[in-house]
Amino acid sequence: MNWEHKDLLGVRELSREEILFLLESADSFKDISRRDIKKVPALRGKTVITLFYEASTRTRVSFEIAAKRLSADTVNISTGTSSVTKGETLKDTGRNLQSMRPDFIIIRHSMPGAPHMLSRILDSSIINAGDGAHEHPTQALLDLFTIKEKKGTLDGLKIAIVGDIAHSRVARSNIFALKKFDTEITCCAPPTMLPPNLGELGVNIEYSLDKAVIDKDVIMMLRIQKERGGTAYIPSVKEYSNLYCLREEHVSRAKHDVIIMHPGPINRGVEISDQVADGSYSVIIDQVENGVAVRMAVLFLLAGGES
Amino acid sequence: MTILVKNGRLIDPKNDRDEQTDILIEGSTIKKIAAGISAGSADEVIDATGLIVAPGLIDVHAHLREPGYEWKETIRTGTAAAARGGFTSVVCMANTDPINDNKSVTEYIMKKARAEGAVRVFPCGSVTKGLKGEDLSEMGEMRDAGIIAISDDGKSVRNARLFTKAMEYSKLFGLAVICHCEDETLSQGFVHEGSASLLSGLDSVPAIAEEIVVQRDIKIAKYVDAPVHITHISTAGTVAIIRADKGAYGKLTCDTCPHYFTLSDEATLGYDTSTKVNPPLRSRSDMAAIKEGLRDGTIDIIATDHAPHDVNSKDVEFNLASFGISGLETAFSLSLALVREGVLNLKELLRKFTENPARLLNLPYGEIAPGKPADLIIFTDQTEWTVDRNTFLSKGQNTPFHGFKMKGKNLLTIVDGNIVYRDADFKS
Amino acid sequence: MEGNRILLDEKAMERSINRITHEILEKNHGAGNLSLIGIRTRGVFLAKRVQDKVRAIENRELSLGILDITMYRDDIATLKTPQVKKTDITFNLNDINIVLVDDVLHTGRTTRAAIDAIMDLGRPNTIQLAVLVDRGSRQLPIQPDYTGIFHTAGPKEEIFVKLRETDDRDEVVLTTSL
Repeated sequence: MNWEHKDLLGVRELSREEILFLLESADSFKDISRRDIKKVPALRGKTVITLFYEASTRTRVSFEIAAKRLSADTVNISTGTSSVTKGETLKDTGRNLQSMRPDFIIIRHSMPGAPHMLSRILDSSIINAGDGAHEHPTQALLDLFTIKEKKGTLDGLKIAIVGDIAHSRVARSNIFALKKFDTEITCCAPPTMLPPNLGELGVNIEYSLDKAVIDKDVIMMLRIQKERGGTAYIPSVKEYSNLYCLREEHVSRAKHDVIIMHPGPINRGVEISDQVADGSYSVIIDQVENGVAVRMAVLFLLAGGES
Repeated sequence: MTILVKNGRLIDPKNDRDEQTDILIEGSTIKKIAAGISAGSADEVIDATGLIVAPGLIDVHAHLREPGYEWKETIRTGTAAAARGGFTSVVCMANTDPINDNKSVTEYIMKKARAEGAVRVFPCGSVTKGLKGEDLSEMGEMRDAGIIAISDDGKSVRNARLFTKAMEYSKLFGLAVICHCEDETLSQGFVHEGSASLLSGLDSVPAIAEEIVVQRDIKIAKYVDAPVHITHISTAGTVAIIRADKGAYGKLTCDTCPHYFTLSDEATLGYDTSTKVNPPLRSRSDMAAIKEGLRDGTIDIIATDHAPHDVNSKDVEFNLASFGISGLETAFSLSLALVREGVLNLKELLRKFTENPARLLNLPYGEIAPGKPADLIIFTDQTEWTVDRNTFLSKGQNTPFHGFKMKGKNLLTIVDGNIVYRDADFKS
Repeated sequence: MEGNRILLDEKAMERSINRITHEILEKNHGAGNLSLIGIRTRGVFLAKRVQDKVRAIENRELSLGILDITMYRDDIATLKTPQVKKTDITFNLNDINIVLVDDVLHTGRTTRAAIDAIMDLGRPNTIQLAVLVDRGSRQLPIQPDYTGIFHTAGPKEEIFVKLRETDDRDEVVLTTSL
């Protein structure tokens, strides 16, 4: 298998082999984070810039730690403190950064296609940390890593994804990635949160949470996308929670070894009850740990050259 | 000035002509059409052997951006682009700055067009003042100043009662009412709601955003018994509505644009902002329905909706980019593909660009006959060329067709007896 | 002239590994406090053979670790698809004597990367290096403690180590290309 990509803009363009290759590397990088000296010299002297147009602590910190554990130098730019508030366009920001020759730019933006735009302008490797409702590739990769770690495989699994699918980049990326394996995916949400032609992606659609969780190996809960107008699609958060909050009675309908996932941050009591979030089936904390390992693997792989 | 166009294949849909013949132009009118006219004292002889001669094309929908947005386009540059594309008459929409909702702006445009326009320019006035959808514009005065149609293009008139009054009132002046049909509450998106938006995650617009307003506008037109023209139709649903209603109501016409029968929403997958247009590029089945609508006569006219933009408006994130395609210089060549695909023959295609627009706007153009104004084009349907946005005469280089291979292009444009465009490939 | 020349056949390789094992035991005064670490991939199998032979000679079980040095290479930018495999060292590296085992020693960069990796895992007492083939052309001041054979490979020569665990036989081949 030859890695042909200069950037990681989405998982849709990756093959099954490429994903498995990445996950295998991530496994070794996870070991680094658990030993005393949490550093390898692999990316020594490389410059990694995180450019976050949307607020995020956990994803940005996860990328920063990943880069530093590979011995890279990191610089964080978040809007609010940057020239972006002075009205600088993405194109100009990109051009200015390019002249400082970063090796990686990790961008999070509220609009789809922003990373693609940077990729056209810059020689650096661009990593998409979330572009609007389009994709969040490293999230999907760490989710797949977590599933594979707990289940031993990505094939033959029944997965439920619950929440605002229409506006969720985590949902999209996960659906794209999981459909490259032999999985049966059920999307569960009120009709207003499901794109009308969602079935084209090869997933089942179920409005009722009670039914959606039956016999599932994995249940993936999504956040209500308040910042992407998510609350306009439901009468109230209370009503959403009545219908779609994952509680223990739902978990008992799934397989006995089901795992409960959530990309974070959790809205306790809204998407997921305290008992389930902190319960023994929840792998939410593992997801966070795996995030660093997966992001190290991504950086490492993209650092490879054009030989 | 006398011009003799020799030996071209003259196709004139209105007069049902398709024959090899000569055309003699004297001054600003057609003097004679016959085979074997001697060159005699002609000032210029144009050899059109192997080429096709047709009435100059009429574009019922373009944006010339002047006054107010001269960095995007001016009447001078827009009409130069029109001439290159084979258009001898262009209707320019009212969403300028200031809006063309009163006679002063109309007079400004007319004056500029007379001084700097390479082709004929016919302003379209707005339906409502400031395009705000609240009060009627001064149509009578604008009519006297020179508008030939009214439209709030860019938007629909949201208020049904107001739109009804506007259509009733327009009957006084015999002005064509050109309807941009879009429900804004449903169209808070940037691409078509379909397979492509599912993959790209871009906010999308369902087909019904266009269709429900099409239905409304037609019903209102029928109710007041006024002619109505639906512009830039893009969906299969709209084609079906118009096909059904045309049977019952004879005063309904519509147009579509080349991008709706050439590109589908798949073109938006790479986030190329040159594919961002309103209405958006639709699905393949919508494209097929548009072609069928052209074939069976449901769609009367092909217009450009020429919407030039500066680089800064387009070279931004997809959500933020301006809507529009700079279309005057590619429209006719893209439409010739319909002939190659067997959707239309050449005469029927030309009818959509000449006779039908002239009838809609009540203009004495769109045909070649002795005594009529000498507006004509000479084109080839054989020459292959590649679209290069950097050579556009329009200031707007925003085209999704850059790099496309085309077959057939306009070579020479004559307006009012004057040659206003001669292609570098054309040796006479 | 293009051709292959066998530097070590199966029997010769066996004798070399035997000798290396005895030298290790001699220099370290027995097997006490010794651990083996094989560098992926073939170094691991060679280390395993040394481990087997020590068990047979001295009836002692040496700990065996597997080391992947991809993350420590200094030439990542030249690798199109850098592939990381698992490092598996289950024993404590502090205060012990390690024998690093690899199949071919060439520029010395792999060994340097291995030493860096080991230092990040702990603080061993000593590190010694055992290689089956030393092909010269060093770029760093690194020397093996135990060598199977020594052959300075010229510019058009390549040395291939084949092991029955990964290839079809045990053999060290010298290939000359035109």
